[in-house]
Amino acid sequence: MKVRPFEDVVSEHGATVLRVCRAVVGPVDAEDAWSETFLSALRAYPELPADANVEAWLVTIAHRRAVDVGRARSRRPVPTDTLPESPAARADPAASDPDLWSALQRLPTKQRQAVAYHHIVGLPFAEIAELLGNSPDAARRAAADGIKTLRKHYRKDETA
Amino acid sequence: MNTNIFDALEANEAATLTRLHHRLAQDADTADVLDVAYRTVDTPVGTLLLAATTAGLVRVAYDVEGHDAVLAGLADRISPRVLRAPARLDSAARQIDEYFAKRRTVFEVPVDLRLAEGFRRNVIEHLRDIGYGHRESYAAVAAAIGHPRAVRAVGTACAHNPLPVVIPCHRVVRSDGSTGQYVGGPLAKSTLLDLEAA
Repeated sequence: MKVRPFEDVVSEHGATVLRVCRAVVGPVDAEDAWSETFLSALRAYPELPADANVEAWLVTIAHRRAVDVGRARSRRPVPTDTLPESPAARADPAASDPDLWSALQRLPTKQRQAVAYHHIVGLPFAEIAELLGNSPDAARRAAADGIKTLRKHYRKDETA
Repeated sequence: MNTNIFDALEANEAATLTRLHHRLAQDADTADVLDVAYRTVDTPVGTLLLAATTAGLVRVAYDVEGHDAVLAGLADRISPRVLRAPARLDSAARQIDEYFAKRRTVFEVPVDLRLAEGFRRNVIEHLRDIGYGHRESYAAVAAAIGHPRAVRAVGTACAHNPLPVVIPCHRVVRSDGSTGQYVGGPLAKSTLLDLEAA
Protein backbone atom coordinates (compact mmCIF):
# COMPACT_ATOMS: atom_id res chain seq x y z
CA MET A 1 0.00 0.00 0.00
CA LYS A 2 1.33 3.42 -0.94
CA VAL A 3 1.51 6.33 1.48
CA ARG A 4 -1.20 8.88 0.76
CA PRO A 5 -0.60 12.63 0.41
CA PHE A 6 -0.60 14.27 3.84
CA GLU A 7 -3.41 16.54 2.65
CA ASP A 8 -5.72 13.49 2.80
CA VAL A 9 -4.73 12.94 6.43
CA VAL A 10 -5.63 16.52 7.32
CA SER A 11 -8.99 16.43 5.56
CA GLU A 12 -9.91 13.04 6.94
CA HIS A 13 -8.82 13.43 10.57
CA GLY A 14 -8.58 17.20 11.13
CA ALA A 15 -12.07 17.49 12.60
CA THR A 16 -11.70 14.59 15.05
CA VAL A 17 -8.35 15.85 16.27
CA LEU A 18 -9.86 19.31 16.78
CA ARG A 19 -12.66 17.86 18.92
CA VAL A 20 -10.15 15.89 20.96
CA CYS A 21 -8.02 18.98 21.48
CA ARG A 22 -11.06 21.00 22.52
CA ALA A 23 -12.07 18.30 24.98
CA VAL A 24 -8.64 17.60 26.45
CA VAL A 25 -6.89 20.98 26.60
CA GLY A 26 -9.92 23.27 26.31
CA PRO A 27 -11.10 25.85 23.82
CA VAL A 28 -8.30 28.37 24.41
CA ASP A 29 -5.38 26.03 23.75
CA ALA A 30 -7.11 23.74 21.23
CA GLU A 31 -5.92 25.53 18.09
CA ASP A 32 -2.28 25.60 19.18
CA ALA A 33 -2.52 21.94 20.14
CA TRP A 34 -4.04 21.04 16.76
CA SER A 35 -1.38 23.01 14.87
CA GLU A 36 1.52 21.48 16.77
CA THR A 37 0.05 18.00 16.42
CA PHE A 38 -0.28 18.24 12.63
CA LEU A 39 3.09 19.91 12.14
CA SER A 40 4.80 17.13 14.16
CA ALA A 41 2.79 14.55 12.24
CA LEU A 42 3.81 16.05 8.88
CA ARG A 43 7.44 15.94 9.94
CA ALA A 44 7.27 12.26 10.89
CA TYR A 45 4.82 11.20 8.17
CA PRO A 46 7.31 9.70 5.68
CA GLU A 47 8.41 7.20 8.34
CA LEU A 48 4.89 6.11 9.26
CA PRO A 49 4.24 2.48 8.24
CA ALA A 50 1.68 2.32 5.43
CA ASP A 51 -0.65 0.07 7.46
CA ALA A 52 -0.60 2.24 10.60
CA ASN A 53 -3.83 3.46 12.20
CA VAL A 54 -3.39 7.12 11.28
CA GLU A 55 -6.03 8.49 13.63
CA ALA A 56 -4.60 6.65 16.64
CA TRP A 57 -1.16 7.89 15.66
CA LEU A 58 -2.40 11.50 15.53
CA VAL A 59 -4.09 11.15 18.92
CA THR A 60 -0.85 9.78 20.36
CA ILE A 61 1.01 12.84 19.10
CA ALA A 62 -1.67 15.18 20.47
CA HIS A 63 -1.61 13.33 23.80
CA ARG A 64 2.17 13.59 24.18
CA ARG A 65 2.05 17.25 23.30
CA ALA A 66 -0.66 17.86 25.92
CA VAL A 67 1.42 16.00 28.51
CA ASP A 68 4.46 18.14 27.68
CA VAL A 69 2.47 21.36 27.95
CA GLY A 70 0.97 20.15 31.23
CA ARG A 71 4.43 19.46 32.65
CA ALA A 72 5.74 22.84 31.53
CA ARG A 73 2.74 24.53 33.17
CA SER A 74 3.09 22.66 36.44
CA ARG A 75 6.70 23.80 36.68
CA ARG A 76 5.67 27.41 36.28
CA PRO A 77 4.09 29.26 39.23
CA VAL A 78 0.82 30.06 37.48
CA PRO A 79 -2.32 30.98 39.36
CA THR A 80 -5.01 28.31 39.24
CA ASP A 81 -7.77 30.64 38.12
CA THR A 82 -6.24 31.54 34.75
CA LEU A 83 -9.12 30.09 32.79
CA PRO A 84 -10.81 33.06 31.18
CA GLU A 85 -14.46 33.81 31.88
CA SER A 86 -15.14 33.98 28.17
CA PRO A 87 -13.27 32.15 25.45
CA ALA A 88 -10.21 33.83 23.99
CA ALA A 89 -10.72 35.80 20.82
CA ARG A 90 -8.61 33.44 18.72
CA ALA A 91 -10.73 30.46 19.68
CA ASP A 92 -14.02 30.55 17.86
CA PRO A 93 -16.62 31.65 20.39
CA ALA A 94 -19.33 29.22 19.33
CA ALA A 95 -17.01 26.27 19.82
CA SER A 96 -16.36 26.92 23.43
CA ASP A 97 -19.60 26.14 25.11
CA PRO A 98 -18.38 27.23 28.53
CA ASP A 99 -20.67 24.75 30.25
CA LEU A 100 -19.22 21.72 28.50
CA TRP A 101 -15.64 22.81 28.97
CA SER A 102 -16.16 23.68 32.64
CA ALA A 103 -17.76 20.27 33.14
CA LEU A 104 -14.85 18.57 31.32
CA GLN A 105 -12.36 20.62 33.27
CA ARG A 106 -13.74 19.31 36.55
CA LEU A 107 -12.72 15.80 35.59
CA PRO A 108 -9.36 14.41 36.66
CA THR A 109 -7.01 14.59 33.66
CA LYS A 110 -6.99 10.85 33.00
CA GLN A 111 -10.78 10.69 33.04
CA ARG A 112 -11.00 13.60 30.62
CA GLN A 113 -8.47 11.95 28.30
CA ALA A 114 -10.12 8.53 28.53
CA VAL A 115 -13.50 10.07 27.74
CA ALA A 116 -12.13 11.97 24.73
CA TYR A 117 -10.07 9.11 23.31
CA HIS A 118 -12.85 6.57 23.66
CA HIS A 119 -16.02 8.53 22.99
CA ILE A 120 -14.73 11.05 20.42
CA VAL A 121 -12.04 9.02 18.63
CA GLY A 122 -13.31 5.54 19.36
CA LEU A 123 -9.95 4.16 20.47
CA PRO A 124 -10.15 0.77 22.19
CA PHE A 125 -9.35 0.75 25.92
CA ALA A 126 -6.19 -1.29 25.35
CA GLU A 127 -4.74 1.55 23.27
CA ILE A 128 -5.96 4.20 25.68
CA ALA A 129 -4.27 2.30 28.53
CA GLU A 130 -0.96 2.54 26.66
CA LEU A 131 -1.33 6.30 26.35
CA LEU A 132 -2.41 6.80 29.96
CA GLY A 133 0.06 4.30 31.40
CA ASN A 134 -2.60 2.22 33.12
CA SER A 135 -4.49 -1.00 32.47
CA PRO A 136 -7.36 -1.43 30.00
CA ASP A 137 -9.70 -1.95 32.96
CA ALA A 138 -8.52 1.25 34.60
CA ALA A 139 -8.93 3.11 31.32
CA ARG A 140 -12.47 1.74 30.96
CA ARG A 141 -13.32 2.80 34.51
CA ALA A 142 -11.83 6.26 33.95
CA ALA A 143 -14.00 6.76 30.86
CA ALA A 144 -17.13 5.46 32.62
CA ASP A 145 -16.57 7.58 35.73
CA GLY A 146 -15.79 10.58 33.55
CA ILE A 147 -18.99 10.24 31.56
CA LYS A 148 -21.02 9.83 34.73
CA THR A 149 -19.63 12.98 36.30
CA LEU A 150 -19.86 14.84 33.02
CA ARG A 151 -23.54 14.03 32.58
CA LYS A 152 -24.28 15.12 36.12
CA HIS A 153 -22.50 18.48 35.91
CA TYR A 154 -23.18 19.26 32.29
CA ARG A 155 -26.90 18.56 32.56
CA LYS A 156 -27.09 20.51 35.81
CA ASP A 157 -25.35 23.43 34.18
CA GLU A 158 -27.69 23.23 31.22
CA THR A 159 -30.82 23.40 33.31
CA ALA A 160 -29.50 25.87 35.85
CA MET B 1 -23.22 5.96 24.29
CA ASN B 2 -24.72 9.41 24.04
CA THR B 3 -22.35 11.41 21.84
CA ASN B 4 -24.68 14.43 21.79
CA ILE B 5 -22.97 15.58 24.92
CA PHE B 6 -19.96 16.53 22.75
CA ASP B 7 -21.89 18.47 20.12
CA ALA B 8 -20.51 21.75 21.42
CA LEU B 9 -17.04 20.61 20.42
CA GLU B 10 -18.11 20.58 16.78
CA ALA B 11 -19.32 24.16 16.71
CA ASN B 12 -17.97 26.35 13.91
CA GLU B 13 -15.71 23.50 12.95
CA ALA B 14 -15.44 24.12 9.20
CA ALA B 15 -14.31 27.73 9.55
CA THR B 16 -11.82 26.81 12.26
CA LEU B 17 -10.38 23.96 10.22
CA THR B 18 -9.97 26.23 7.19
CA ARG B 19 -8.02 28.69 9.35
CA LEU B 20 -5.94 25.90 10.91
CA HIS B 21 -5.16 24.41 7.50
CA HIS B 22 -3.88 27.77 6.32
CA ARG B 23 -1.70 28.07 9.42
CA LEU B 24 -0.38 24.52 8.96
CA ALA B 25 0.64 25.26 5.36
CA GLN B 26 2.55 28.35 6.51
CA ASP B 27 4.17 26.60 9.48
CA ALA B 28 5.16 23.64 7.31
CA ASP B 29 6.81 25.90 4.75
CA THR B 30 8.70 27.79 7.47
CA ALA B 31 9.80 24.53 9.10
CA ASP B 32 10.95 23.24 5.70
CA VAL B 33 8.71 20.17 5.79
CA LEU B 34 6.41 21.19 2.94
CA ASP B 35 7.94 18.99 0.24
CA VAL B 36 5.12 19.40 -2.27
CA ALA B 37 2.71 22.38 -2.27
CA TYR B 38 -0.25 22.45 -4.62
CA ARG B 39 -3.24 24.47 -5.72
CA THR B 40 -5.65 24.54 -8.67
CA VAL B 41 -6.30 27.27 -11.21
CA ASP B 42 -9.32 27.62 -13.51
CA THR B 43 -8.50 28.15 -17.19
CA PRO B 44 -10.22 27.92 -20.59
CA VAL B 45 -8.85 24.35 -20.85
CA GLY B 46 -10.32 23.31 -17.51
CA THR B 47 -9.04 23.26 -13.96
CA LEU B 48 -5.28 22.80 -13.86
CA LEU B 49 -3.48 21.35 -10.86
CA LEU B 50 -0.16 23.08 -10.08
CA ALA B 51 2.38 21.48 -7.75
CA ALA B 52 5.78 22.75 -6.64
CA THR B 53 8.71 21.48 -4.61
CA THR B 54 11.06 23.92 -2.89
CA ALA B 55 13.07 23.87 -6.14
CA GLY B 56 10.23 24.94 -8.42
CA LEU B 57 7.12 23.99 -10.36
CA VAL B 58 7.20 20.20 -10.62
CA ARG B 59 3.81 19.26 -12.10
CA VAL B 60 0.95 20.75 -14.07
CA ALA B 61 -1.97 18.39 -14.55
CA TYR B 62 -5.18 18.46 -16.53
CA ASP B 63 -8.53 17.35 -15.09
CA VAL B 64 -8.53 14.32 -17.38
CA GLU B 65 -5.37 13.03 -15.70
CA GLY B 66 -7.32 12.84 -12.39
CA HIS B 67 -5.92 15.30 -9.84
CA ASP B 68 -6.20 12.83 -6.96
CA ALA B 69 -4.22 10.24 -8.90
CA VAL B 70 -1.60 12.84 -9.80
CA LEU B 71 -1.22 13.87 -6.15
CA ALA B 72 -0.94 10.23 -5.10
CA GLY B 73 1.80 9.84 -7.72
CA LEU B 74 3.67 12.86 -6.35
CA ALA B 75 3.40 11.45 -2.82
CA ASP B 76 4.88 8.22 -4.12
CA ARG B 77 7.62 9.61 -6.35
CA ILE B 78 8.68 12.75 -4.47
CA SER B 79 7.41 12.79 -0.88
CA PRO B 80 4.13 12.15 0.97
CA ARG B 81 4.53 15.55 2.65
CA VAL B 82 1.98 17.03 0.25
CA LEU B 83 -0.30 19.91 1.26
CA ARG B 84 -2.71 22.24 -0.46
CA ALA B 85 -0.68 25.42 0.00
CA PRO B 86 -1.41 28.07 -2.63
CA ALA B 87 1.20 30.63 -1.57
CA ARG B 88 4.16 28.85 -3.18
CA LEU B 89 2.23 28.78 -6.48
CA ASP B 90 0.95 32.34 -6.54
CA SER B 91 3.43 33.42 -9.22
CA ALA B 92 2.85 30.37 -11.45
CA ALA B 93 -0.93 30.76 -11.17
CA ARG B 94 -0.74 34.44 -12.02
CA GLN B 95 1.43 33.76 -15.06
CA ILE B 96 -0.97 31.09 -16.30
CA ASP B 97 -3.84 33.57 -15.96
CA GLU B 98 -1.81 36.09 -17.96
CA TYR B 99 -0.99 33.51 -20.63
CA PHE B 100 -4.66 32.72 -21.19
CA ALA B 101 -5.45 36.45 -21.21
CA LYS B 102 -2.85 36.84 -24.00
CA ARG B 103 -0.74 39.09 -21.80
CA ARG B 104 2.16 36.64 -21.52
CA THR B 105 4.13 34.62 -24.07
CA VAL B 106 6.94 33.26 -21.87
CA PHE B 107 6.73 31.61 -18.45
CA GLU B 108 9.25 32.84 -15.92
CA VAL B 109 8.95 30.43 -13.00
CA PRO B 110 11.60 28.12 -11.57
CA VAL B 111 10.91 24.55 -12.68
CA ASP B 112 11.85 21.23 -11.10
CA LEU B 113 12.21 18.65 -13.90
CA ARG B 114 12.88 15.65 -11.69
CA LEU B 115 9.84 13.82 -13.05
CA ALA B 116 11.37 13.69 -16.55
CA GLU B 117 14.43 11.47 -16.82
CA GLY B 118 16.83 10.38 -19.54
CA PHE B 119 15.55 10.60 -23.10
CA ARG B 120 12.28 12.18 -21.99
CA ARG B 121 14.23 14.85 -20.15
CA ASN B 122 16.12 15.68 -23.37
CA VAL B 123 12.85 16.07 -25.23
CA ILE B 124 11.35 18.26 -22.48
CA GLU B 125 14.44 20.48 -22.40
CA HIS B 126 14.18 20.97 -26.17
CA LEU B 127 10.48 21.86 -26.00
CA ARG B 128 11.36 24.86 -23.86
CA ASP B 129 13.08 26.36 -26.92
CA ILE B 130 10.00 26.25 -29.16
CA GLY B 131 8.73 29.81 -29.03
CA TYR B 132 5.20 31.13 -28.53
CA GLY B 133 3.08 30.73 -31.63
CA HIS B 134 5.58 28.40 -33.32
CA ARG B 135 5.03 24.73 -34.16
CA GLU B 136 7.46 21.89 -34.66
CA SER B 137 6.81 18.38 -35.93
CA TYR B 138 7.55 15.26 -33.86
CA ALA B 139 10.13 14.38 -36.54
CA ALA B 140 11.83 17.77 -36.25
CA VAL B 141 12.04 17.43 -32.45
CA ALA B 142 13.54 13.94 -32.85
CA ALA B 143 16.12 15.29 -35.27
CA ALA B 144 16.90 18.27 -33.04
CA ILE B 145 17.83 16.08 -30.10
CA GLY B 146 19.99 13.83 -32.27
CA HIS B 147 17.62 10.84 -32.51
CA PRO B 148 15.95 11.33 -35.89
CA ARG B 149 14.42 7.84 -35.89
CA ALA B 150 12.87 8.21 -32.44
CA VAL B 151 9.75 10.03 -33.64
CA ARG B 152 7.37 7.75 -31.74
CA ALA B 153 9.43 8.06 -28.55
CA VAL B 154 9.23 11.85 -28.86
CA GLY B 155 5.44 11.49 -28.94
CA THR B 156 5.57 9.40 -25.77
CA ALA B 157 7.86 11.92 -24.09
CA CYS B 158 5.45 14.73 -24.95
CA ALA B 159 2.55 12.69 -23.56
CA HIS B 160 4.50 12.41 -20.28
CA ASN B 161 5.48 16.07 -20.08
CA PRO B 162 5.21 16.82 -16.34
CA LEU B 163 4.56 20.52 -17.03
CA PRO B 164 2.08 20.86 -19.91
CA VAL B 165 1.12 24.44 -20.87
CA VAL B 166 4.23 25.81 -19.11
CA ILE B 167 6.56 23.57 -21.15
CA PRO B 168 4.89 23.76 -24.56
CA CYS B 169 4.46 20.18 -25.74
CA HIS B 170 1.26 21.49 -27.40
CA ARG B 171 3.51 23.17 -30.00
CA VAL B 172 4.64 19.78 -31.28
CA VAL B 173 2.34 18.66 -34.11
CA ARG B 174 2.26 16.00 -36.79
CA SER B 175 4.27 16.39 -39.99
CA ASP B 176 1.06 16.57 -42.03
CA GLY B 177 0.03 19.64 -40.01
CA SER B 178 -2.69 17.97 -37.94
CA THR B 179 -2.44 18.65 -34.21
CA GLY B 180 -2.02 15.07 -33.00
CA GLN B 181 -2.39 13.67 -29.49
CA TYR B 182 -2.19 15.66 -26.27
CA VAL B 183 -2.10 14.93 -22.54
CA GLY B 184 -5.02 17.34 -22.02
CA GLY B 185 -6.98 15.95 -24.96
CA PRO B 186 -7.00 17.15 -28.60
CA LEU B 187 -9.48 19.95 -27.85
CA ALA B 188 -7.18 21.50 -25.23
CA LYS B 189 -4.29 21.30 -27.68
CA SER B 190 -6.12 23.14 -30.45
CA THR B 191 -7.39 25.69 -27.91
CA LEU B 192 -3.78 26.51 -26.94
CA LEU B 193 -2.58 26.59 -30.57
CA ASP B 194 -5.49 28.83 -31.59
CA LEU B 195 -4.86 31.12 -28.61
CA GLU B 196 -1.23 31.57 -29.61
CA ALA B 197 -2.08 32.01 -33.31
CA ALA B 198 -4.75 34.64 -32.73
